[in-house]
Amino acid sequence: MSKFKKKADVKQEIPTSSMPDVVFMLLFFFMVTTEMRKSSIEVKQVLPKAAQLRKLERKTLVANLYIGQPTKIENGTEEKIQANDVFITTEDIIRWVNEEKSKLIEAEREQLTISIKGDKDAKRGIIADVETELRKGNARKVLYTASDNSYERKQ
Amino acid sequence: MARATPEIPNASMADIAFLLLTFFLVTTTINNDRGLSIGLPPPPDPNKKDEVKMQEKNIFKIQVNSSDALLVEGEPMGDVTGLKDMIIKFIKNNGQDPASSESPEKAIVSFKTDRGTTHKRFIEILDIVQGAYYDIYADEAGVSNKAWRDAAAKLSDPESRAIYEKGKKNYPMNISIADPTKIGK
Repeated sequence: MSKFKKKADVKQEIPTSSMPDVVFMLLFFFMVTTEMRKSSIEVKQVLPKAAQLRKLERKTLVANLYIGQPTKIENGTEEKIQANDVFITTEDIIRWVNEEKSKLIEAEREQLTISIKGDKDAKRGIIADVETELRKGNARKVLYTASDNSYERKQ
Repeated sequence: MARATPEIPNASMADIAFLLLTFFLVTTTINNDRGLSIGLPPPPDPNKKDEVKMQEKNIFKIQVNSSDALLVEGEPMGDVTGLKDMIIKFIKNNGQDPASSESPEKAIVSFKTDRGTTHKRFIEILDIVQGAYYDIYADEAGVSNKAWRDAAAKLSDPESRAIYEKGKKNYPMNISIADPTKIGK
C-alpha cells in the first residue's frame, strides 16, 4: 500500500534568482534601441499606409518636416509645417534647407533627403507648396514617410 | 573577532530594474524612417516658357480630385486593385498596342491631384505607381520586389548595386507629379 501513498517530492517554485538578469537584458535592449526625440511633435501624425517602402541608406542625411493639423487648439486648425521644434511657413523652407545643409559636411550636402512626415488627413495643397519650395532650395530628394501595410494586404 | 561582511541588499534590484525597464518601454519610439522615395524635378526655369509636347499615347494619366475620386485615362475608377497591372502593361507595351506607349523610355505616368486631395489618397496611388515600377525592376533583376528595394537601400555593397542597376537599366521611372489644381482648398 505504501507504494501508492508516495507523494511526489518536487519543488513547485519557479526559480526567481535569474529574474534580475532577464530584466536587465530587456532593459539593455530598450536602452540601446531607444531614441529620445529632441522635439515634441505638435501636429497630428498618423502616417498613411503604403507597401512599396524604401529604407534610407544613411540616417544622418535626413531632415524631417512634419505636416498636419496642430494638436493644440491654441495653434489653430489650419495645417502647419513643423521643422525641428518650431512651426514654419512655406517662405521659410529655403532658409531651413540651407541651415540643414550647413550641418553636413560639404561633400554630402547634395545628398540631403527631406523626409516629409505628412499626416494622412493633410491636404495635398500644403505639401505641394512645400515641394515647390524644396525644388527652389535644391533639396530634391524626398521621402514620404509611411507605415508598412504589406502585412495586412498581400501585394 | 569575526568581522561582519558588508553586503548590499539585492532583493530590490529586480524592482529597480523593472522600473527602469518600464520607463524605457514607455519612452521608446521605434524610429520609422521608411517611406516612398521620389526625386523632385529641378526648379522651373522662368526663361523657358515653351512646354515640351508629349505624344498623348505615351502618357498614362491618373487624376484625383478634391473628394479623392480617381480618374484613370479619363475613366472613373472605384477599385484600385487593377491599376497596377494596367500601369505595368502600359510601360511594357513597346508599341504593340498603337494606342499605348512606344517604349519604356518614352512612357510617362502622369499623376495629377487637387489641392484638396488628402495625403493618404496621394500616398495610396503613388504607392501603386511605384509598385508597378518596382515589380518590373524586380522581374528584370530576377529577385523579389522586396529584395530589390532592400538592394536599393545599400548601394555601397557591389552585389546589391548590381541587382539595383540590372533592374533599373531599361526602365527609367518616369513618374510626373503635376502641380495640383486649385478647386478644393
